Amino acid sequence: MKIRYSRIVEFFGFMSLRVCMVVVGMILVVIFYDIITKGIGIVSWEFLTQPPADGMTKGGIFPAIVGTFFVTIITALLSVPLGMGCAIYLNEYARDNGLTRFIRMSIRNLSGVPSIVYGLFGVSLFVEMLHFGTSILAAGCTLGLMTLPLTITASEEALKTVPRSYREGALALGATKWQSIWSNVLPYAVPGMLTGTILGLSRAAGETAPILFTGAAFFLPDIPNSILSQFMALPYHLYIMSTQHHNITLVRPIAYGTALVLVVMIFAMNLAAVILRYHLRKKGISHGH
Amino acid sequence: MATKIRMKAENVNFYYGAHHVLKGINLEIRNNAVTAIIGPSGCGKSTFIRLLNRMHEIVPNARLEGRILLDGKDVVGSDVDAVDLRKRVGMVFQKPNPFPKSIFENIAYGLQINGVRNKALIEERVVDSLKKAALWGEIKGRLHDSALRLSGGQQQRLCIARCLAIEPEVILFDEPCASLDPISTKKIEDLILELEKDYTIVIVTHNMQQAARVSDYTGFFLMGELIEFDQTEIIFKAPRDKRTEDYITGRFG
Repeated sequence: MKIRYSRIVEFFGFMSLRVCMVVVGMILVVIFYDIITKGIGIVSWEFLTQPPADGMTKGGIFPAIVGTFFVTIITALLSVPLGMGCAIYLNEYARDNGLTRFIRMSIRNLSGVPSIVYGLFGVSLFVEMLHFGTSILAAGCTLGLMTLPLTITASEEALKTVPRSYREGALALGATKWQSIWSNVLPYAVPGMLTGTILGLSRAAGETAPILFTGAAFFLPDIPNSILSQFMALPYHLYIMSTQHHNITLVRPIAYGTALVLVVMIFAMNLAAVILRYHLRKKGISHGH
Repeated sequence: MATKIRMKAENVNFYYGAHHVLKGINLEIRNNAVTAIIGPSGCGKSTFIRLLNRMHEIVPNARLEGRILLDGKDVVGSDVDAVDLRKRVGMVFQKPNPFPKSIFENIAYGLQINGVRNKALIEERVVDSLKKAALWGEIKGRLHDSALRLSGGQQQRLCIARCLAIEPEVILFDEPCASLDPISTKKIEDLILELEKDYTIVIVTHNMQQAARVSDYTGFFLMGELIEFDQTEIIFKAPRDKRTEDYITGRFG
């Protein structure tokens, strides 16, 4: 009797886990289905390469694609070196004392700060105090700050997966701490660090609130010519097309097309992260073959 | 038997936080001899050997009192660089820890971090170290294969070769055969007896037969104290302390 009872429990246990998985999978499928079916009709070569026309009722979204692209690059330039450096310091050098614990707690809390608050902070720091104006630079820096906690946490996790024996082995051979980190820790941690970082960047690329007051423009006929220019961005364009346009129903297909392009861009970034990790990992482990 | 004292622990007390791990250790390590450290799990023997090349410093909250001497000079003071000490006092770990690089790169690593750039010299040292570690015959022609493809015993000999390449004076073995089969163990033991001629060796082992087979001197640790230290023959045939006798005859531990 006992055995049968535990089997029943096992059956229902696994069943409920399966149901959870299927529900999550379904949500994803429904979202993708909705965006693709409603957006695919408008996506064409012209849509991808032309600026909006006729009061944003026709034309394409080229300036928004370019804007999102450049902002993401600025975000990466700020958050990748800063985040990785901070993670290396915290994981490899920092002693476990009150100060480090406070810093860690701050980082965790920063990741919980709403993105609109980052936007407000970006205005006061980058736009006004540092005189970046409303620009690609200010928006990129704001997004960079926002992704920092994610980059740091992901990089630290990656560093933690490198076995202690790699570090000890190097130290026992007379390596300095820096040498052991540089040659025996980073090569194995970087794939994981990059993956986490790219996931953070792809999250940033889709954000609206932080760029709202720091540089995103309603409409620009041309692409930006410097990092101090204002720019159009895909998520902001989508927001405008869905709420601010004078004829929302008319431009609904454009909104869906924008959403589709944004999702595909983010998906491509995530895919790149996976491929990059696969290649670096293969190279790292079979080094010397 | 060689009598010159190479390393010495003087009144060593060691703490992890509030935990008193080693209590008043005094021990002499003689030149060109094998010194074995035996004792039950948790007696502090591995902790002790890690003090000899200051590997304890990478663990937070560790505190050392007393002196560790190499050729009569204190090596733990803040004016002595741990990096320099580790070049003179090498270490082979309990679990073989080859780096995920090729066999060649594993051995060249120690030379490269020490600033050796001459390729011919590196190559010569790699081959030489592999021969000394009795691994050359098995892996020649496969120098650029991943070290992770070697068997456990081969990996451990590779780690020994890696250590020999930087030409240390003292080699510390921390239970080097704990994860190896009897045949691989035999090879390592033979190798230790061979290396004894040129190096000063300290080996931690929980295997008493191994201590009896390879060592000239043996120290018995129990609960953080050095109970007895003498020539291996005396420790195994006529121990003075009752606890040593109980341990080596298998009454506990």
